[in-house]
Amino acid sequence: MTEHKASTAEIIRASLKRRYRAERRFRLYGLLAVCFGLLAVLLLLTDIIGKGHGAFRQTYVQLPIHYDPELLGIGDATDPETLMRGDYQALVRQALRARFGEVSGRAEARELNALVSDGAGYELLARLRARPALLGTSETLWLLADDDVDTWFKSRGGSNEFTGRVSERQIAWVASLAEQGEVALRFNANFFTRGDSREPEEAGIGGAAKGTLLTLAITLLLAFPIGVAAAIYLEEFAPKNRWTDFIEVNINNLAAVPSVIFGLLGLAVFINFFQMPRSAPVLGGVVLALVTLPTVIISSRAAIKSVPPSIREAALAVGASKMQVVLSHVLPLAMPGMLTGAILGMAHALGETAPLLMIGMVAFIVDVPGGFTESATVLPVQIFLWADSPERAFVEKTSGAIMVLLAFLTLMNALAVVLRKRLERRW
Amino acid sequence: MKATLRNSICGLGIGAALALVGTSAFAQSRDTISIVGSSTVYPFSTVVAERFAKASGAATPKVESTGTGGGMKLFCGGVGTGHPDLTGASRQIKKSEFEQCQANGVKDIIEIQIGFDGIVLANSKKAPAMKLTTKDIYLALAKNVPAAEGPTLVPNPYKTWKQVNASLPDTKIEVLGPPPTSGTRDAFVELAMEAGCKSFAWIKAVKDADEKEFQAMCHTLREDGHFIEAGENDNLIVQKLDANHKAVGIFGFSFLEQNSDKVQGSIINGVAPTFETIADKSYPVSRPIFVYAKKAHIGVVPNIEGFLAELTSEKAWGTDGYLADKGMIPMPAPMRKQVAANVASQATMSGAGLK
Repeated sequence: MTEHKASTAEIIRASLKRRYRAERRFRLYGLLAVCFGLLAVLLLLTDIIGKGHGAFRQTYVQLPIHYDPELLGIGDATDPETLMRGDYQALVRQALRARFGEVSGRAEARELNALVSDGAGYELLARLRARPALLGTSETLWLLADDDVDTWFKSRGGSNEFTGRVSERQIAWVASLAEQGEVALRFNANFFTRGDSREPEEAGIGGAAKGTLLTLAITLLLAFPIGVAAAIYLEEFAPKNRWTDFIEVNINNLAAVPSVIFGLLGLAVFINFFQMPRSAPVLGGVVLALVTLPTVIISSRAAIKSVPPSIREAALAVGASKMQVVLSHVLPLAMPGMLTGAILGMAHALGETAPLLMIGMVAFIVDVPGGFTESATVLPVQIFLWADSPERAFVEKTSGAIMVLLAFLTLMNALAVVLRKRLERRW
Repeated sequence: MKATLRNSICGLGIGAALALVGTSAFAQSRDTISIVGSSTVYPFSTVVAERFAKASGAATPKVESTGTGGGMKLFCGGVGTGHPDLTGASRQIKKSEFEQCQANGVKDIIEIQIGFDGIVLANSKKAPAMKLTTKDIYLALAKNVPAAEGPTLVPNPYKTWKQVNASLPDTKIEVLGPPPTSGTRDAFVELAMEAGCKSFAWIKAVKDADEKEFQAMCHTLREDGHFIEAGENDNLIVQKLDANHKAVGIFGFSFLEQNSDKVQGSIINGVAPTFETIADKSYPVSRPIFVYAKKAHIGVVPNIEGFLAELTSEKAWGTDGYLADKGMIPMPAPMRKQVAANVASQATMSGAGLK
């Protein structure tokens, strides 16, 4: 035996380096994948926050307003009918003229009047309605600036200053106001309380947020009990046969069906047959409940399955009935998993627009919905509508609304994690 | 086991029953106006809706953007509060749609032309403005173009604007436009492409002989990458033009107006797209926009008359009105007066002369 035969140890030693390298590469691939994901999220967030942070502040102009009864054309401020007829924008126009002196020509007057939002007049009306004694007196108010002025004011001095829709005269006027501290960015409370508007400076997500809450309430109310009941029956009571296999396959299929199909179903069944009102949260909630139901059933079944049989057997052994076993033992133990599934299903429903398109919830709705049967829209739809609007100022509103939607989603997902951590029991 | 099975079935049954009780509780009356229709009319009808509600204290009409065709389908679905009251259209109602309406009991329709909408070709302001003719547009974008030697069509050989017309820049033809589902695309094809197409005498002769053949020749856009479908979102096209100076985009005039710091309209047949040129019809690519109202709903759903009066008031659709601020091109004064009178008297359309 002259030939040298490598011992097992030698073979291993020789290949060790290669195996370590392969090991490191393998870990690196995983790390790269994570980094790629993080980078994508980071890019998305910087883009959205970069564009959208401005939505939370709005340009206001300070003007002394004189509630001149003659200019308004009303004598009695206590009568709501009379109040309605007043020309409140005229007060704003007069205040602007008083501030900047008389302007020559219609074109210049139009430019001057365009500094302040068309909504300012309605705000004056609201103030007068609340306090009729104001008629004939004066007060200094911060009024909403026009969206073009707002966009320019926010972009001024920057690399791409927005001058497309503001004239040099207007810039000079606003600059003179700025010197006196009479124009300022203030917190945009309207953005959170108001409904949609075609004037970007007045538009808010309040209506869409309320619509989302109403819709999701219906969705949760329907999807959770029905989903849990179905899961309990399938897991605890149903015999294992071809029939239940068939149901299981169908539930899994439904979970993968494009959601727009549920919208078509909603249109055909709920609107045309049951005559439910178009665009209403109750209808949206029912359709979204159908969308989320498979997810809820699947996750609830998984949660029930993870409860060890020993618990059931112990309960049965001391004489509990099947229903008592389910209600007092299986259900409480499976609850964290079920709730997590329900919350994830809700988060899914929160981001849906496609099924809502079919049932008329993709609509321009100004009034904040007051109940389940009033017309409403939801956050993702509002984002979609604003992204499609020509006005430049809607760009930042769109991103602002996306930030709010992301905050909602993060909150819901965090809640799911917390619930799981707090309630979960390991066996 | 049996009992529990029955229990769970019962539970499900109760759930379903609850859903039904919920639905039957909905009253069939409606106090908000419901408007559907074209996405081109949507920016205008929404402003009127909002202003009308603020000024009158009425509930704000609900406006859905369903597209012209989708809107007509809903509008003509029938009479009753389950169906919309008004629909916006970026073209006149079709004969088939009118007949559909009649068949479903929507007999009396009030037609309201509210103004014009211009379609522009635009490129980035960082590049020189394009000076095009409708013939250039046709030659640059049609799938098949007339051969140099005679009256036959050959697949579009042009790769750069200079090949189309020697006076144009030597850049690759790259046009971003809306997909076929868009009303803007329909109007662009009908107004710009067809006009360019007809500038060839022998194609014009085809039109008289065979309308279908003519449409196939003139209305088909090329699919070899020089015309790019950029989706329904006009803002996206503006952003892409800002990033790519060589590209040209097709979109509505209101988007050009809002983004005049980024993009500029191409001059077509010697006319730049401005407010005035679209209003006096010297700019070739513009179309009328309409709102259709259901007369049977007036008085049933409150405030429809008020909304129509607001829509046809000078402060809305006049030359200095707020719709003009939003980018709609007003009609000439006599025409406005006539349409407003029609609306005030609730004159319905006869359906004669529809295509």
